[in-house]
Amino acid sequence: MKYFAGVDVGSTQTKCVIIDAERRIVARALVDTGSNVVRASDRGFAAALEARMIARERVACVVGTGYGRFKVSFGDLQITEITCHAKAAWLLFPGTKTVIDMGGQDAKAISVRDGEVVDFVMNDKCAAGTGRFLSTAAEALGLGLEDIGAISLRARNPVRLSTVCTVFVESDIMAYVAQGKKTEDILGGIHSAIAARTIALARRVGLEPEFTFTGGVSLNVGMVKMLEEKLGHSLNVSADSHYMGAIGAALFAMEHALARAAG
Amino acid sequence: MEIIAGVDVGSRSTKVALIDRSGRLLAFTMMRTRPPLIELVDHALDEALERAGADRTCLRYIATTGFGRSSYPERDLQLTDVTAAAHGAAGLFPGTRCVIDIGAQSSRAIKIEPSGRVSEFKSNDKCAAGAGGFVERAARYLETTLEAVGDLSMRGEAPVTISSVCAVLAESEIINHVSQGESAENILRGVHNSLAERALLLLKRVGVEPEVTLVGGMGRQAGMLRALEELVGFQLNVARDPEMANAFGAALLAKRRIEKSAA
Repeated sequence: MKYFAGVDVGSTQTKCVIIDAERRIVARALVDTGSNVVRASDRGFAAALEARMIARERVACVVGTGYGRFKVSFGDLQITEITCHAKAAWLLFPGTKTVIDMGGQDAKAISVRDGEVVDFVMNDKCAAGTGRFLSTAAEALGLGLEDIGAISLRARNPVRLSTVCTVFVESDIMAYVAQGKKTEDILGGIHSAIAARTIALARRVGLEPEFTFTGGVSLNVGMVKMLEEKLGHSLNVSADSHYMGAIGAALFAMEHALARAAG
Repeated sequence: MEIIAGVDVGSRSTKVALIDRSGRLLAFTMMRTRPPLIELVDHALDEALERAGADRTCLRYIATTGFGRSSYPERDLQLTDVTAAAHGAAGLFPGTRCVIDIGAQSSRAIKIEPSGRVSEFKSNDKCAAGAGGFVERAARYLETTLEAVGDLSMRGEAPVTISSVCAVLAESEIINHVSQGESAENILRGVHNSLAERALLLLKRVGVEPEVTLVGGMGRQAGMLRALEELVGFQLNVARDPEMANAFGAALLAKRRIEKSAA
């Protein structure tokens, strides 16, 4: 059995996925990127191989993606994460027309047809709408990043943020806490502001259903719910949505290996 | 002796400038802003009065400015940062036509008439890009002090490029530069260049016209001044105590107010 791997070197985390020739995901690994990008891609790939005891020689092709994709030294090919996200969305949800991706340090919207990118917009100029914003907010409230989404769902009177600047949100939160606002209402306001901002971004590629929500922030149930509410439409979210870039890269690895074999 | 006090309650530090009825500066004091603000302002006023060899009985009038300007109940007058900075800069350098005020959490460019009257201003208070707090955080990553930053930056020979669009993403850039072994000197020069770019954008929106006066604590950093002067293309005015300008401006306006009501 031959395998194909995709390594997505993100700003915060590095994801690796290994698929078989039937396009089934056989292994996943997630490691923190840290400051050494080259080592992160090595560690991610090694962890995925080890998870299913796959020998490195049996991986026919490796494709790197994500912001650190050129540091995937053992990779055969590098492909942008936008192309990879579109491809993976098609595999998991073939009807996808719009991909909303919220990662650690950027947010994007991609218009796709049958796995091909039609158009995309990206916000990599401001940390609002990224995992970084949410982790700062969680920290200011003394909560874990994984808990804030569920808590935000309990909001009855969400606060209005005066700015979505990640630097200022800390003092904004402190001020709300001092005023005696409830944690869920503060989080409700945070999720609402960020969802509105992300939809404004996505509107620029057209808001055509089906929507597939990817990236680390898609694990946040509060954000899923808030985006659905504001879009008036449900979102496709896979348990693997965090791995979308790596899945897309692995699919390209398979295509590349097959094309190479066909000569 | 009758004393007029200007109190600038900033997000990082609180400044008090005392003047006499002729507008002469009697004393200046500065301390870290910490709640409760009323006690803080009382403490700063007492310290300044002591330096001037006076006490509370001499205090004729108190004008406040800065983000915490409305938190001191004994104030006689409260002024926006823009008005205070304009009058402070004009008081210190009568030829001032443009003021750049870089605070810890916000920055602004102000165009003034010879009288000190504001004709136009642009401020950036919804986003931390371009605000001085960034330098303090950069200093922390580089394990140096805010006081040392200006000279270190002056010694940077090959400044790194640091994005001027988001303070949060720029921090990640700094961490990357550190992990790649860049010197603190080159990184800090890059930080100053990035802040100067933001300041120039604001300045251009009100129209650059000499003389330009830089107010706020960033004026102490030689590297910041050089970066700004390189971009603007001419020398800037900087007071010996650049942090004092807004408190001084508030006191000068208070003096004018007293004279008006007497006439």
